[in-house]
Amino acid sequence: MLALAQRSKTLVNSARSAAVASKAGAQRTYLDWPLLKEEHVMIGQTCRNFAETELMPIAAKIDREHFFPAEQVRKLGELGMMGIQVPGEWGGADLDAMSYAIAMEEISRACASTGVIMSANNSLYCAPVEKFGNDEQKEKFLKPIASGQQIGCFMLSEPGNGSDAGAASTTATDKGDHFLLNGAKAWITNAHEASYAVVFATTDKSLKHKGISAFIVDMKAPGVSVGKKEDKLGIRGSSTATVTFEDAVVPKNQLLGAPGHGFKIAMNTLDGGRIGVAGQALGIAQASLDVAAKYAQERKSFNKPIASLYAIQEKLAKMSMKIDASRLLIWKAAMLKDAGKPFTKDAAQAKLFASEAATFCAHQAIQVLGGMGYVNDMPAERFYRDARITEIYEGTSEIQHLVIGGNVIKEYSS
Amino acid sequence: MKVLVPIKRVIDYAVKVRVLPDKSGVDLNNVKMSLNPFCEIAIEEAVRLKEKKIATELVAVSIGPKAAQDSIRTALAMGVDKGIHIETNLRTDQELQPLAVAKLLKEVAKREDAKLVVLGKQSIDSDNGQVGQMLASLLDWPQVTFASKVTFADDKQSLTVDRETDKGSEVVQVTVPAVVTADLRLNEPRYASLPNIMKAKKKPIETLAADSLIDAKDLQPRNTVLKVEEPAARKAGEIVDSVDSLINSLKNKAKVI
Repeated sequence: MLALAQRSKTLVNSARSAAVASKAGAQRTYLDWPLLKEEHVMIGQTCRNFAETELMPIAAKIDREHFFPAEQVRKLGELGMMGIQVPGEWGGADLDAMSYAIAMEEISRACASTGVIMSANNSLYCAPVEKFGNDEQKEKFLKPIASGQQIGCFMLSEPGNGSDAGAASTTATDKGDHFLLNGAKAWITNAHEASYAVVFATTDKSLKHKGISAFIVDMKAPGVSVGKKEDKLGIRGSSTATVTFEDAVVPKNQLLGAPGHGFKIAMNTLDGGRIGVAGQALGIAQASLDVAAKYAQERKSFNKPIASLYAIQEKLAKMSMKIDASRLLIWKAAMLKDAGKPFTKDAAQAKLFASEAATFCAHQAIQVLGGMGYVNDMPAERFYRDARITEIYEGTSEIQHLVIGGNVIKEYSS
Repeated sequence: MKVLVPIKRVIDYAVKVRVLPDKSGVDLNNVKMSLNPFCEIAIEEAVRLKEKKIATELVAVSIGPKAAQDSIRTALAMGVDKGIHIETNLRTDQELQPLAVAKLLKEVAKREDAKLVVLGKQSIDSDNGQVGQMLASLLDWPQVTFASKVTFADDKQSLTVDRETDKGSEVVQVTVPAVVTADLRLNEPRYASLPNIMKAKKKPIETLAADSLIDAKDLQPRNTVLKVEEPAARKAGEIVDSVDSLINSLKNKAKVI
């Protein structure tokens, strides 16, 4: 019994160090693909180095102790990763959607919590402020967030409506030189760390979704209160909370974009956000394959490594295919976005496919690891818990089907 | 003051190196290559000198096939101003040897009118640790090797360097022009930030043929590699149950006492 425990401990240590130290140098990765642009390869390598050195060693701790990796997020900010697609004049790295997708994958492969902190900041806060804000707003509310000095968040969902975004019941009452916000927003990522938020509220419920406007809200404004941190299944390093508005004062000049355009702004924002979340899901899926494939070569059963058994090879094959397919779907969406072409359907496909790939791969990774997959000595159980949310947030899988189906029909109608 | 930073593209430290079946060398096919870790430390030191306004311009130089430019791009992304690629098809892990490298770098140092050369103490493929020393000799410049700390005087003409030796730390003072080789504890290299990676694309890399700088025969290896083989596999250890048994094994099996 002791010998068994000792043997499995050595196996854990070697497989764990292998999983932690599966450096880009040791195995072939997608970064070797000759069709990738040089800058994308460099960005991928930089993000991978950072992830392996700064995030992998503490990812399990972040999850176990449920804390926000402030030090690492600050470093990410210094590298330009908190405002990847924001132009340089507003403090961003001025890169394209492909760079963002690759960065998201690499960071999330090490720590999915850090991934979501990064993606909420990048695509849910910076993107709409950059696209719909005026220069004055960008100077005050975009620069400090894109440069990573402060954090931003996005508030669309409410306790009463998630998928039904048009039914927003948070109200914004026009009081002349300011608005008063009343209501509650649910499931807000970065709620506890954010300085500013993009908030959607309705100025006229009778206009339904056309009555919704977007606002930039100072989290420290009177009337804004952040609820307790949700105790989540996964991505536990990221704070998620309900935020309540009680006559919260929002100055007139913090209206984002034109009045009544809030819904459009939200939908536009989510399109880009889906590329980020798809990247996060892909990172989790890749990390799952990394740990399963390494373990399968070291674990012996029936006198040989389990990697030599067909049943395991079949699992690895399915995981590998879903990962490659997810990556190409994400890259397609990113390339279309970068080319200025419509990419709504493609982003939805990427997010749907990659999130399902993540849950599949994490599930299979636990299966390959057997009992070891069920304990926190190995990261597989964390990947399983982290993966689950990717099928829910930023548009549930059901909504993605709706978006994709609707676009397909449009393509086929005259 | 212009600072020259010679860098080398080597097998990535994490790769499980394999020997070619004919034992002529290490298998480099489809193997991940990276910037030599000590070269990265040298680049970081040079970039810090520029940030302290001691260096005015940083030039990275690398010798090898076209792919050597990858390492130069990394240097540019870390803050180096321009790159020089000396092209050669000689295997940089065994055919292109330290004296040839030193001769090439001497030409570049003079061509660029560099006042300081900062390079890694050794490369992790050939592990010779000779280039810095030979270069200093060819240039007739002072050398400080295995630097763990570099401090310039206010006049920017002399520098005090802590060097790591087997006996401990030794403090040496030299005046420029000089050659400094970087040891592990000199600094912790920065990650290239994403904006700097993009900026690096616009920085120039000049390509020169190796035999345009020195005589072709000086490039040829002076030593011939006869055979490359893996070290003998480590035998399993033995658990002993008493001190007597231990002494017996040390005496009769390991033959160390």
